Amino acid sequence: MKPHRKKKLGIIIFITAGLSLAIGLSLYALSANIDLFFTPTQVAAGEVPAGQRIRVGGMVKEGSVAHNQSTLEVSFITTDYSHEVPVYYSGILPDLFREGQGIVAEGAISPEGVFVASRVLAKHDENYMSVEVKAAMDAAEAQRNAAPGVY
Amino acid sequence: MIPELGNFSLILAFCLSVLLAIVPLVGATRDNALWISLARPLTAGVFVFLSVSLMILTYSFVADDFSVQYVAANSNTMLPLQYKITAVWGGHEGSFLFWTWMLGAWMLAVAIFSKAMPDAFVARVLAIMGMIATGYTLFMLATSNPFDRVLPLPPADGSDLNAALQDVAFIMHPPSLYMGYVGFSVVFAFAMAALLTGRLDAAWARWCRPWANLAWAILTLGLSLGSWWAYYELGWGGWWAWDPVENPPLVTWLLGAAMIHSLAATEKRGVFKSWTVLLAIMAFASSLLGTFITRSGLLTSVHAFATDPTRGVYILGFLGFIVGGSLLLYAIRAPVLKSEFGFGSLSREVFLLANNLILVVASAAILLGTLYPMVYQAISGGDLISVGPPYFNTIFVPLMGLLVVLMGVGLISRWKKTSGRYLVQQLGKVAIAAIALGVVIPVLLTMDIPLGTIGVTILGLWVVFAIGKDIALKTANKPTRGAGLKSLPVSYWGMQFAHFGFVLTMAGACLTSIYSIERSVLLQEGQSADLGRYTFTFEGISPVQGPNYIADEASMRVERDGDLLRYLYPQKRLYTASRTPTTQMGIDGRFLRDLFITLGDPRQDGAWSMTLYVKPFVRWIWIGTLFIAFGGILAVTDKRYRRYKTRQRAGQAPQGRTIELGSAPEASV
Repeated sequence: MKPHRKKKLGIIIFITAGLSLAIGLSLYALSANIDLFFTPTQVAAGEVPAGQRIRVGGMVKEGSVAHNQSTLEVSFITTDYSHEVPVYYSGILPDLFREGQGIVAEGAISPEGVFVASRVLAKHDENYMSVEVKAAMDAAEAQRNAAPGVY
Repeated sequence: MIPELGNFSLILAFCLSVLLAIVPLVGATRDNALWISLARPLTAGVFVFLSVSLMILTYSFVADDFSVQYVAANSNTMLPLQYKITAVWGGHEGSFLFWTWMLGAWMLAVAIFSKAMPDAFVARVLAIMGMIATGYTLFMLATSNPFDRVLPLPPADGSDLNAALQDVAFIMHPPSLYMGYVGFSVVFAFAMAALLTGRLDAAWARWCRPWANLAWAILTLGLSLGSWWAYYELGWGGWWAWDPVENPPLVTWLLGAAMIHSLAATEKRGVFKSWTVLLAIMAFASSLLGTFITRSGLLTSVHAFATDPTRGVYILGFLGFIVGGSLLLYAIRAPVLKSEFGFGSLSREVFLLANNLILVVASAAILLGTLYPMVYQAISGGDLISVGPPYFNTIFVPLMGLLVVLMGVGLISRWKKTSGRYLVQQLGKVAIAAIALGVVIPVLLTMDIPLGTIGVTILGLWVVFAIGKDIALKTANKPTRGAGLKSLPVSYWGMQFAHFGFVLTMAGACLTSIYSIERSVLLQEGQSADLGRYTFTFEGISPVQGPNYIADEASMRVERDGDLLRYLYPQKRLYTASRTPTTQMGIDGRFLRDLFITLGDPRQDGAWSMTLYVKPFVRWIWIGTLFIAFGGILAVTDKRYRRYKTRQRAGQAPQGRTIELGSAPEASV
C-alpha cells in the first residue's frame, strides 16, 4: 500500500469511527428524550403510564377555562370531541390560547390521576392547526364514524 | 391587470432560467464561444424579470390590491406602510418569490464579479444556478403563485399580516436568512462546475472562498436576527428553542462552517478536495431540506406555513433530483480530484479535519433529532412524538466544548507538520493562564465554586489567550509591534474576529442558561415582586391605541437593591383586523444582563399575571454573532482575492504553492 493511500485509509477509519460513535450516542440520547404524543381518547382509555412525560393535544373546550383568581393556577379541558382530559397548569398561558382553539400540553399524569402540564403550546398562526392536534381530531372522528351508536 | 404583468414576468424568468440551464452548459461542453457568452446576459434577464415580479407584488401590497389572494391573506388597509412592504415575505408564496429573487441576485453577482475566471467555467456555474432557478420558478408557477387572484369578488379588506411578524427584526430576519441560505447555492454551483471540468485547484478554491464566506456570514446574521426576534417578540424568555424550523438553518450554518475551513485547507495545501465538494453538496442540500420542512407543513413548528401536500411533494422531488444528481456526479467525478496527502499527524490540516468532523457530527445529530419524529411516525404507523431540547443540549454542548478546546490548538498549529513539543511550548502558558484565571475569577465574583461557570470561563479564556498568542507569534519578527499588526492580512483578522465571536456566543449561551432566573406572579396595582437583586412594582395599567392594534400597557417600576433603576412598559396588544393578541415585552438591555417583563392576562379584580426575567449575559450571544459575521465579511474584502485576479489577468498565474500571508510561516525547525 502506498503511504498516501495508507494515510487516506487512516483518515477514513478515523472519520467512520467518529461518526458511528456520535450516531450511537445520539440515538441513545434520543431514546431518553422523546415525548410521546397522546390523544384525549388514549388518555381517557388509561394508555398513559402515570409519571411519564407526554404531550396531549386537542381543542380547548368552550367555557372550560377556569382561572384561580388569587394565584396563577388555571385549569381547562382539552377534548377531541370524543373524550375530555382536564389539564392543570400553573403559569401564564400563551397569547394564542383561546377556547375552541387547538393546543398541545406537555406534562405528566400525576399520581392523583390528573394531567399536570408544565408547558402549554398554542401556534402563532391561528389558521394553522398543529399536525399533532389535527391527527388527534382525525383519529377521534374516524372512531366516531366507525361506531355510529356512540352519539 | 398589473398582477398579471407580474405573473407574466415570472413566466419569462422561468423561460430564461430554462435557457440558462441548458445553453451555456452545452456551449461549455462543445467549446462554443457564442453559447458560452450567453450565460451572463441570460442571468441578467432572469434577475430583471424576477425583480419586476417582486416589485409588482410589492406594488400590489402598497396599493391594497386585495383581488390578489396573497395580498388579501397577508395585508390590511390599516397595516403601516413598512409592514405592507415586509408582508411581501410574510407568507409562503411571497417569501418564495423573494427567495427566488435572492437567488437571481446571487447569480447576477456571480456574473458580474467573475471576470477573472475562465468564461467556460463561469458559464457552467451560472448554468447550474439556472437549473436551481428553473426549479424554484416552476415551483411557484405550479403550486404557489403569489399572483393568484380572488375574482370576481375580491374581499373589501385583507385579513392582516400575522401579528408576530409586525416587528422591526422581522424586516431584516428573512432577507438576511434567505440571502445567506441561497448563497450556498453559489458554492454548490462552483463545486458542480469543478466536478464537471475536473478542475479543482488552489485557484478554484480561491474563487470559491469569498462566496462561501459571504454566504456563511450573512446566514450568521440571519440566524442571529431570527433568534433575537424570537427572544423579544415571542415573549417566552428564550432565544433558541430547537424548533424543527430553526434547526435546518443551524445545520446549514454548521456545514457551512465546516466547508469554509475545509476550503481554506484546499486552497493553502491542496488537501481535502473531494471532501470540500461533498460539504458544498451537503450544505446546499440541507438548505433545500430546510425549505422542505418549512413549507411542507410536515412538522409542528411555530414557523410552519399553512400546509399543502403538493408543495411538499414537489420540493422533495426537487431535493431528490438535486441531491441524487449531484451525488451521482460526485461518485463519477470525485476520483479525478487528486488531493495532496503530505501532512503529519500533528498539523493544522489534522486539526481542521477534527473541526470538520465535529461540525458534521453536530449537524448530523441535529438533523437526526429534527427528522426523527417524521421517521418514527412512518415506522410506527402514525405514533406522534417530539424530541425535546434536552436531546439537542446533550449532544450539542459537549461537541461545542470539544470544538473550542481544539480551536485553541488549531490556531497555533502549523500547516503540514507541527511538533508536539512546539505546541506544548506555545500553549503551555496559555493553558495555565486560562485555567488559573478561569477558576479564580468566577470564585471571586460569586464567592462560591460554580463548576459550570468555571468550565465556560476556562474555555473562553483559552481561545482568547490562544488568539493573543497567535497574533504575538505572527508579529514577533517585525521591528515594531505596530508594524507587525499592520502586516497581518485582513483575512487573518477576519478569522480571529469570527473565532472570538464564536467563543463569545458560546459563553453567553452557557452563562445565560446557568444564571437566568424567572418568576411568574399575579400583581395588584401597587404590589411588587422581588427577583434576584431587583424589585418590580406594578404601578397600574393604561390603554394605548396603535395604528392597527389596541393595547393595555402596564407601568412597571424597577428597582435594584432599593434604588430606582427605570420604568418598563410591557404591553398586551390586540391586533384589530385579525383579532390576534400578542405580548410586547418590556426589556432593559445591558451588556451584562437583560431585565425582561411579559404581561399575561387580567383577573376580575384588576390583578395582572406577568412573568419577570433576569437574564445575565444574554446579549453576548448576539454580540458574538455580530463578530462572527463581521469577521466573515472582513475576510471577503482581503485584497489577496483581488490581487490574484489582477495577476492572472496579466497572464502570470502563480505556479506552485507560495507561502500565503494568511497562513502560519513554515516551522523553522
